[in-house]
Amino acid sequence: MNAVFRSNRSLKYFATTCLVGLGLLISTQAQALTVISFGGASGDAMKKAYYDPFIAQTKTELTPGDYNGEFAKIRSMVETGNVSWDLVEMESPDLTRGCFEGVFEPLDWDKLGIKDQLMESAVNKCGAGVFVWSTVLAYDGEKLKEAPSSWKDFWDVQKFPGKRGLRKGAKYTLEFALQADGVPAEEVYTVLATPEGVDRAFKKLDELKPHIQWWEAGAQPPQWLVAGDVVMSSAYSGRIAAAQAEGRKLVILWPGSIYDLDYWAIPKGSKNIEAAYEFIKFASQPDTQAAYSSQIPYGPVNPTAIEKLSPEKAKEMPTYTDNLKGALAMGTEFWVDNSEELEQRFNAWAAK
Amino acid sequence: MATQTMAPPPTTQTSLKTQLRRAERRRKLNAFLLVAPLALFLLVIFVFPIGSMLWRSVDNSELSQALPQTAQLLSAWDGQQPPSEAFYASLAQELKSALANGNIGSLGRRLTYEDPTLRTLVTQTIRKLPDTPETTWQQTFSTLNPRWAELSTWQALKKAAPTTTDRYLLASLDLERNAQGEITAVAPEKQVYIDVFLRTLAIAGAVTLICLIMGFPLAYLLATLPTGTSNLLMIFVLLPFWTSLLVRTAAWIVLLQSGGMVNTSLMGLGFISQPLELVFNRVGVLIAMVHILLPFMVLPLYSVMKGISPHYQRAAISLGAHPFKAFWQVYAPQTLAGVGAGTILVFIMALGYYITPALLGGPSDQMVSYYVAYYTNTTNNWGMAAALGSLLLIITLVLYMLYQRLVNQQTPNRR
Repeated sequence: MNAVFRSNRSLKYFATTCLVGLGLLISTQAQALTVISFGGASGDAMKKAYYDPFIAQTKTELTPGDYNGEFAKIRSMVETGNVSWDLVEMESPDLTRGCFEGVFEPLDWDKLGIKDQLMESAVNKCGAGVFVWSTVLAYDGEKLKEAPSSWKDFWDVQKFPGKRGLRKGAKYTLEFALQADGVPAEEVYTVLATPEGVDRAFKKLDELKPHIQWWEAGAQPPQWLVAGDVVMSSAYSGRIAAAQAEGRKLVILWPGSIYDLDYWAIPKGSKNIEAAYEFIKFASQPDTQAAYSSQIPYGPVNPTAIEKLSPEKAKEMPTYTDNLKGALAMGTEFWVDNSEELEQRFNAWAAK
Repeated sequence: MATQTMAPPPTTQTSLKTQLRRAERRRKLNAFLLVAPLALFLLVIFVFPIGSMLWRSVDNSELSQALPQTAQLLSAWDGQQPPSEAFYASLAQELKSALANGNIGSLGRRLTYEDPTLRTLVTQTIRKLPDTPETTWQQTFSTLNPRWAELSTWQALKKAAPTTTDRYLLASLDLERNAQGEITAVAPEKQVYIDVFLRTLAIAGAVTLICLIMGFPLAYLLATLPTGTSNLLMIFVLLPFWTSLLVRTAAWIVLLQSGGMVNTSLMGLGFISQPLELVFNRVGVLIAMVHILLPFMVLPLYSVMKGISPHYQRAAISLGAHPFKAFWQVYAPQTLAGVGAGTILVFIMALGYYITPALLGGPSDQMVSYYVAYYTNTTNNWGMAAALGSLLLIITLVLYMLYQRLVNQQTPNRR
């Protein structure tokens, strides 16, 4: 009995020591700038293009990390006042929500001094653009004799018989349907904001419904296109570019595409705001942006960076001038407000 | 004399009794300590989260937390009279403090459910709201946005004011409260959840039935074969357990897609001329779910069948019964416990399936869990997620109770 007690006590000492040690470890780490991205291939490219040169140039300690976009995690960090992340890569809807909820530090763009160097949508109240990605119409150039030229062709099952892939959800789908119905890109969200516009989009979707194969994961469209399951599909530009790099003859149709940005945001209460600003400035330079985009086909937010890329690479970028023609910026505000209602209607529609 | 000699035994007896009782108590304490970790685990992992889920499905404290005084005013308000200056004044003050406290986010999210444009209205108003009104607060609000003068805006706020609500539970049943507070069905183009619940039950039922039809002969074979062969077959049954669910699901996509192995071999053998649609529809979901859940049917059946002596069936045959009759009337009833256990296990597990239908099904094959995940991760509407989850839990419990009832009714009849 006594022995058990003693070992219990030593166990307690051991646990306490461990906890204190861990605490010290965490507190020393908090000194370094902690940058959190989505990881994966993009995270690897960031390490080469941003993290390593930043450490070498500024001698700042930097701790990279990744997460899966759990917004709740950042919110609870800010609410408990225990903010260990200094800079987080955010998708636009969460950035908008978080900015509204006061989870992020508002950026002082005068202090950053790079406002006029970046594209317009990269300048946000709470975030600075990291890169641009796009949802496009894609098809297999080897299988289609005649190339489709718009979302109208996507809807034309006489001219292009076969299944079409679309993302399972209202977002993107409704925008594409309206464009197929003849709404110009710049008016899509104005039309969609009215109940008649929503009805119009769903009515247009009715026409195509039997021919749609819905995808869930971004890896599916290129695979289906290559396998010949679908003749055309909406797809993430980066995924198609990756398939192209593997030698597949997939083709991207840029007009009518919808582009969106990822942003750097500083959680409120970060202790390294100065270093975070330095990092944002560093990562927005043409050279670093070009270094990033040369590794992964996500478009630079700094237009000068495009010129620093090889001509072939540059043409793959969503932000290449020709690719932006007829493209549509994602209506983040619109979707933050209306996603609940429209997604529910989409679910009801799709299940019938 | 006699009483004197008889006196000592009772005392030893009582001391024995107390000793016994003490030992009993110690035994009970030990037993309790032994189950304490499990009880604690269940409390932390099961009771608490389920309780908080049930609570979240009716929780409506967003507005009353962010704007306590305004919430009180709204609750007392009849909803018909134009709101007085006091409403505007308290709203102005509390919006600012809510922004400072960080309560504004959950408030904005909550208001979106009443009216998608309310969040933007509140954001824009906060941004421009002065510290003191020029004339009255009512005037200030109405100049900032004329919608603040409309009754409908305040009626929407009033709906969000009470601390509990039935809106999520009603919405999970395709119902809502209209302006008069009566329960009505939602517009036909938004009705989805009744279908989803029926579909979930239908898919789970179909999977259970197929598993039973396929699992019963297999379990019978396993139970009757010699040990060596049955052990080998048992390994094949258990093999899928060693692969992750996601891998098995993804493997089915590769096998079943139109250019996949199944279709190309069928076409190569000349059975079909065009690829069959085997995936991204109900067929794919059923195939994969049966594959994944089959062991859960086979194992309980096998364990019950293993314990059934073959003598009964032989006796029945030797007494002149047809082999099928002997099987059906003598053997099959003895497996009922296994059939019941396997069926309920597979059915309840199938009810909660998420990733398999999400990857292998089309939009009309998604089950309740898909929508729970959707509301939890994508839209952050935890009230709706909790309500759907609670309803699924209730349906499962009711079905389980029905099953218990059936089993209990049958047991005395058999004896």
